Amino acid sequence: MLKSRNFWLAIIALIVLYLLPLGVSGYVLGLLTVAYYYAVAAMAWDLLFGFAGEVNFGPSFLVGLGAYTAAMLNHYAGTPIWLCLIAGAAAAVVGGVVLAVPALRLRGPYFGLVTLVAVLLLQNMIVLFSGLTGGEIGLDIPEVLSIDDHTNYWYALGFMTISGGLLWGLSKSSAGLILQASGQDATEAAALGFNVAKHKLAAFCISALFSGLAGGMLVFYLGTVSVGTVVDIAIGVQFIIAAVLGGRRTILGAAIGSIFLIVAGEILRPLGELSTFVVSAVALLVILFFPGGFLGALRPRGQG
Amino acid sequence: MLALQILVDGFAVSALYGVGAVGFTLIFGVSGVLNLSHGAIMVVAAVTAWATAGGLGFGRYGGAAAGVVAGFVLSFATYLLVVRPIQGSKAIPREEKEIFVLTGTLLWGIMIQEAIAYCFSNTPKTVLPLAPGVMNILGVRTPVNEVLTAVVSWVAIGLLWLLVNRTRGGKALLAASMNPRGLTLLGFEMTSIHRKVWAIYGVLAGIAGVLLGAFLGVSSDNIGTLTASAFSIVVLGGLGSIWGSLLAAYVVGYLETLTAYLVAPSVRTVPVLLLLVLVVYLRPQGLLGRR
Repeated sequence: MLKSRNFWLAIIALIVLYLLPLGVSGYVLGLLTVAYYYAVAAMAWDLLFGFAGEVNFGPSFLVGLGAYTAAMLNHYAGTPIWLCLIAGAAAAVVGGVVLAVPALRLRGPYFGLVTLVAVLLLQNMIVLFSGLTGGEIGLDIPEVLSIDDHTNYWYALGFMTISGGLLWGLSKSSAGLILQASGQDATEAAALGFNVAKHKLAAFCISALFSGLAGGMLVFYLGTVSVGTVVDIAIGVQFIIAAVLGGRRTILGAAIGSIFLIVAGEILRPLGELSTFVVSAVALLVILFFPGGFLGALRPRGQG
Repeated sequence: MLALQILVDGFAVSALYGVGAVGFTLIFGVSGVLNLSHGAIMVVAAVTAWATAGGLGFGRYGGAAAGVVAGFVLSFATYLLVVRPIQGSKAIPREEKEIFVLTGTLLWGIMIQEAIAYCFSNTPKTVLPLAPGVMNILGVRTPVNEVLTAVVSWVAIGLLWLLVNRTRGGKALLAASMNPRGLTLLGFEMTSIHRKVWAIYGVLAGIAGVLLGAFLGVSSDNIGTLTASAFSIVVLGGLGSIWGSLLAAYVVGYLETLTAYLVAPSVRTVPVLLLLVLVVYLRPQGLLGRR
């Protein structure tokens, strides 16, 4: 029942989002465009955390790898955008495998630290080789997806719909169920004859693939890449908050959370510096009182 | 000469790292909480000391005391407002408490960070040093404040050792980190032990924050880095092991100082991060950790 209800909610929401460009300004569309790219990264994170049970503090490691690979290829070699995106996704998958190796051996907090360190190392490397990467200032990219707000909006919304659909379908498939079982009790899942290592490795690769693509797309929308927009820990924290806020283990919740965070940040802009404070406070209250997030709060009582 | 300089500077930085990390590891050992608002609590202590010593005219000692009190109060608030509600919540499945505590304290830390930036701006602040002047150690000109940092850090660690090993209440804390169920069976109330450990943690974080503010200066922008470095030190030493954390603090402190002097200050954290990855791969329980 939950399954069908969430599904129909998502369809209705998508119809609204697809009709949105008829009624709102280019500025709002621009905001939502960023929110959709964030949403894909947050959904990819939810696949790892909600289903595979891996506490990944460094989603921005995967996003950043994809973003910088795509950006540098375009900046130095003039590679066409689609090829840059594929290369970025491939680089992120390699990063995902690098993270998966310790994840299969380490418990929660230790693995969490490895992912945190991965982000810090990537950040340090970018600053260290600033001649190549643009360092703290960032790198500008000669090509962008489009300069038209509407076109960019369609790209982002289409990308989010397809990625979300694929991730959601995967999470509902038998492979998703096995993954969920491995995340909750790896020993029991293995005892039932499932290959836990294989499923987790696949989850890392898929999560990395979508994170890397989201990073690449974001870069070609913004026209620039910098540590502050795709690698910084604060960015990764935003994906995590979005996924937990929307409702973990739902995939769709991560998208709702991302859009909420961006829109709330914008509505609270008049508060100036306090807007982040208010958003964090709201997120903390949701976690304390509705641990299931937005989608969990909709769920009828006595279930789950 | 350079070697001596590194030896002296590294010692003070390491002692400071040690006192900052010991509280973090104590909380984890006793109550299983990784407090990601650690950096925020330290910075609040430092900023309080800075504001009261200068603006309110408390003087250097009054300011330092106010800073430690602020760390203590905020640590209790963290426990009462964030950690305990999550631990006691029936809606959160037991195996997910850990990630909820992590996310909750992380958000709490961000809130504190934004509040500091709003009230005092995010410009770097340096707390009035407890003692001015310069002295000569083995031919190295060293600020008295740097010596004092090392001394105060070690006195705090020494007092913690006495408390944990020589008093009845302290021994209960140690026991709680080894076997909480056994301790409950002996008639100890776990909640009162948790309150106690958060109180001790608050004082230690307050001291570390004030010393850090006087030695290196703090800014609300450092909060994430501070939490990450305490986390790294504690994992390097072995989660929950106090001696491991101290050893790791010295490894990290000296490695950073060596890199800063011999290579470049901008890459000082890189060798530490690489070492950390190596240790976590080869010896996940850390240097002195138990399994």
